Amino acid sequence: MSSAPTREVNPALIELVQRGINGDRRALARCITLIENRAVEAPALMHQIYPHIGRAHLIGITGAPGSGKSTLTNELIKEFRKRGRKVGVVAVDPTSTLTGGAVLGDRIRMLENFGDKDVFIRSMATRGQLGGLASMTNDVARVMDAFGKEIVILETVGVGQDEVDVAKAAHTTLLVEVPGMGDDIQAIKAGVLEIADMIIINKADREGVEKLQLHLKGMLSLAPRREWQIPILRTIAVQGEGIGEVADAAEKHLVYLKNSGEYEKREKARLRDELLGRIREEVTRRVLRLETAPGGLQDTLNQLELRQLDLDQAAYALYKKSFE
Amino acid sequence: MESGSQQSTQSAAQSATSSRNIRVLIAKPGLDGHDRGAKVVTRGLRDAGMEVIYTGLHQTPDMIVEAALQEDVDAIGLSILSGAHTVLFPRIMKLLGENGMDDVLVFAGGIIPPEEVEQIKALGIQAVFGPGTTIEETARFIRQNVRPAAGLSTGGVQ
Repeated sequence: MSSAPTREVNPALIELVQRGINGDRRALARCITLIENRAVEAPALMHQIYPHIGRAHLIGITGAPGSGKSTLTNELIKEFRKRGRKVGVVAVDPTSTLTGGAVLGDRIRMLENFGDKDVFIRSMATRGQLGGLASMTNDVARVMDAFGKEIVILETVGVGQDEVDVAKAAHTTLLVEVPGMGDDIQAIKAGVLEIADMIIINKADREGVEKLQLHLKGMLSLAPRREWQIPILRTIAVQGEGIGEVADAAEKHLVYLKNSGEYEKREKARLRDELLGRIREEVTRRVLRLETAPGGLQDTLNQLELRQLDLDQAAYALYKKSFE
Repeated sequence: MESGSQQSTQSAAQSATSSRNIRVLIAKPGLDGHDRGAKVVTRGLRDAGMEVIYTGLHQTPDMIVEAALQEDVDAIGLSILSGAHTVLFPRIMKLLGENGMDDVLVFAGGIIPPEEVEQIKALGIQAVFGPGTTIEETARFIRQNVRPAAGLSTGGVQ
């Protein structure tokens, strides 16, 4: 991203992409790494795969920690495999802001699919991506799409705007709720509920299912009426119960999107978000390069501290300087 | 272990800003059910600024190598207390080789008799960390020996 993509493409990159298209899993793994690291090759990589994307159904799964997202994902992988689809999964866990490290443990619940060469699972840390986390995971989903995955599941915890944005960027967004997780308002903050295309009540053998369902119905009835009726489905993911219905509803939702013109509308909104994210990323990167330059980031911070400049002045001055 | 991981938190915070994100898979091959050590290392390396993937107990060599492949990790830590390392480690190293993943740093921990360490290292496992190793030592070893940032080339043909 440090410079506009050059059109002179490294033959090694072309080879890597070709291997990925031919189904080499190690090539897919490496392409994801390049995107995640925002490597210099990333823009050229995206350019190479662009002609091959647009076929996969992106499914976002979000919900509170412990609601069973990974277990549900595992069951959905199995279900879609039964339906003959190739499945990719991006499972995102938070990076520690203190150390930059992360423990990525979602895979542990998806081990059953090991040995199936048409399932590819990648764990990812949030990292504080400059251009937005969703923009990065979207690119990863694009690579999976280009390399033949027909279903791409994006799983993130439903706390924090960045994480929610990942699931929101999918074609079909599933919100996972659980009965008995304390205050029902707590369980369904308005912002997260708004992005859901489907609501899953997982662990539905627990006490409080009826109450939660009633509550969710009530919340949905207050939302503006839309053509797509948001289904509330019950699952017991650990036992594989209700998973077929979830897959059915997700497929139905994709059909709805395509027939209603909503598909293009969402695609455009998503591209808009990503485009603005890329611009933010590029500007931030340029400014960060001026960290120690005279009149650069550190100098400007000192001036701010001494109140010789206010924030708006400082930001504009640095922005201008970064293009000199 | 406590003080070790606290010290490493500080040095990690510095290195996290200056270096790339190192990805490590911590795996428990075989049938022993003792994963306290693996979990402590997982947590410790996280605090040292690394991204650690933990896949749980009872992993076969194929599962470990497949996870390492999909996650494109820079290093693999194998924790074993059952004594089956003489059987499982060679299998894991062979599979890594077959997949062209020779650039992945492999280290081991757990209960491995000192007289077998050389034999283990001859497989290409670069370090064996027994009980008493500090997290800082492990983290430093990984940082110093890990491959350079992942580039365009990957080995292996499927």
